[in-house]
Amino acid sequence: MNWLYSDIVKEHFINPRNILINEKDFDYDAKGEVGNIKCGDQMVMYIKVRDNIIVDCRWRTYGCASAIASTSMLSEAVKGMSIEDAYNITPKDIAKKLGGLPENKIHCSVLGDKALKEAIKNYVKTHGVSFNIKEEENKVVCKCIGVTEKDIEEAVLEGARDYQRLQEITKIGTVCGKCKDEAIKKMEFYIDRFKMISH
Amino acid sequence: MIYLDNNATTPILPEVKEEIIKTIDFYGNPSSLHQLGREVRERIEGARAKIAKFINSGKDNIIFTSGGSEANNTVLNSFVRKYKDKAKILVSKIEHSSVLEHAKFLSREYEVDYIEVDSKGKIILEDIEKKLKTGKKTLISVMIANNEIGIVQDMKEIINLSRKYGAVIHSDAVQAFGKIKIDVEELDVDYMTFSGHKINAPKGIGAIYFKNKDIIPLIHGGHQEMGLRSGTENTIGIIAFGKAVEIRERDFDFYIKKTSALRERLIKGITEIPDVIVNTDLKNSVPNTLNVSFKGVEGESIMLYLDLEGIEVSTGSACSSGELEPSHVLLAIGREPELAHGSIRFSLGLQNTEEEIDYTVEKLKNIISKLRQMSTVY
Repeated sequence: MNWLYSDIVKEHFINPRNILINEKDFDYDAKGEVGNIKCGDQMVMYIKVRDNIIVDCRWRTYGCASAIASTSMLSEAVKGMSIEDAYNITPKDIAKKLGGLPENKIHCSVLGDKALKEAIKNYVKTHGVSFNIKEEENKVVCKCIGVTEKDIEEAVLEGARDYQRLQEITKIGTVCGKCKDEAIKKMEFYIDRFKMISH
Repeated sequence: MIYLDNNATTPILPEVKEEIIKTIDFYGNPSSLHQLGREVRERIEGARAKIAKFINSGKDNIIFTSGGSEANNTVLNSFVRKYKDKAKILVSKIEHSSVLEHAKFLSREYEVDYIEVDSKGKIILEDIEKKLKTGKKTLISVMIANNEIGIVQDMKEIINLSRKYGAVIHSDAVQAFGKIKIDVEELDVDYMTFSGHKINAPKGIGAIYFKNKDIIPLIHGGHQEMGLRSGTENTIGIIAFGKAVEIRERDFDFYIKKTSALRERLIKGITEIPDVIVNTDLKNSVPNTLNVSFKGVEGESIMLYLDLEGIEVSTGSACSSGELEPSHVLLAIGREPELAHGSIRFSLGLQNTEEEIDYTVEKLKNIISKLRQMSTVY
């Protein structure tokens, strides 16, 4: 009988790699923390960097099986990578390496790469490295409420599949409503992208 | 396999299985007047009588449905159709989703309100009183025992109070049925709903008790079930349900004794783990249910590690359901979201043994320790 998730997820869940049990035991250069236990998951990533290459990576989490497995996988994948390459790893890359994740589990794997990005940002900040973090273009879609493309993407990751749900999550288009068409177009774009991640 | 998820469903008892096998060849339609039909009719009515006896109701005050969800939906739907714009629905915050979601659906057209519970899950009577003072015709729906934390309500008090305000009373007894004594006459309830598969009968069979034959059907068609629920009867399900009830009535004391003792053993073992919060009110709960939260760990991980050890439980974590909100029941009793995310429900059944409980505790200790080692919040 198949397990809930792929065999790779299962294996990483049973034997998670690079867990940092005690922060004092790891001489890290930077750490990044994301998530909120109120929402059911929290993640901390620690990185050690030499000549802009991540030489070691550790983590801790309060999270579900997919969060554990995807972060375990991510922590292996980034070793030996330049901070630029590591910064550009997407949830899609991780999900692929894990042999796919169910749709409603994608947001768990997003957590690991968000924490990693935070860690790299902190590294760059504290070590004076010249590293051009390309912030994703983040256009405001709904001018009344100030909802951005990134907000729409996050809402899709949280499960928005129709305009009504998107409005519930983001309050988009609840004032003048002029942005509705653009909002739906953006939402559909992210849903498509999301489908590619999950399969 | 160690199955500790008996509030989700239960295995079919050997005697029930035997009854099912015996019933399979009785293919007659119980509505047919010929011999083959009458044969099945007799068995169906026998099952109805067994259920009626178990809850002290008249035999003609029970109809069969496809399960607890249909039974609950029928009662709520029937009420608003009868009282139309005068109708108000009042449900507790810890009801099963088949009541809560239907109430939410009805709230588009009808007034719906929710009753608060205290930190143990007990209905706050003053809140009922406050919300009944609206002058509307109100259906109050409160489950006797809760599926997640096992809390048993003081139904008599709730009903007495509601009667003062002329409310109609429905009680979802799916989780209480066969775990505590139920007497519909003494309770003076208007509707009560049941499910077969929680007491070792197969899935797909449930029932409604009604005091007065005033149900407006959800499913129209033939004249089955006194015209209150159409569709050719689930003969095998009904007969198996009757058998399961007969057995539970016979073994009731044994069931209580056995599950109570196993729960006691489980609590003793689990509370050896530090930072465990017991979410079940042990004094006022069905004896087979134990809900606990483990500080600093997320429930889906615990559940899946236990599953890998062959131990089956359930969790109130959001991750298990694909939702972002954890258990509505644990939030309603005031648990912090992180404790709700870290909750595990153990629900025991007749098939469980002391050895299984000991093995579970042993594995659980290792799992909690492993997860806490990697936790950001422990």
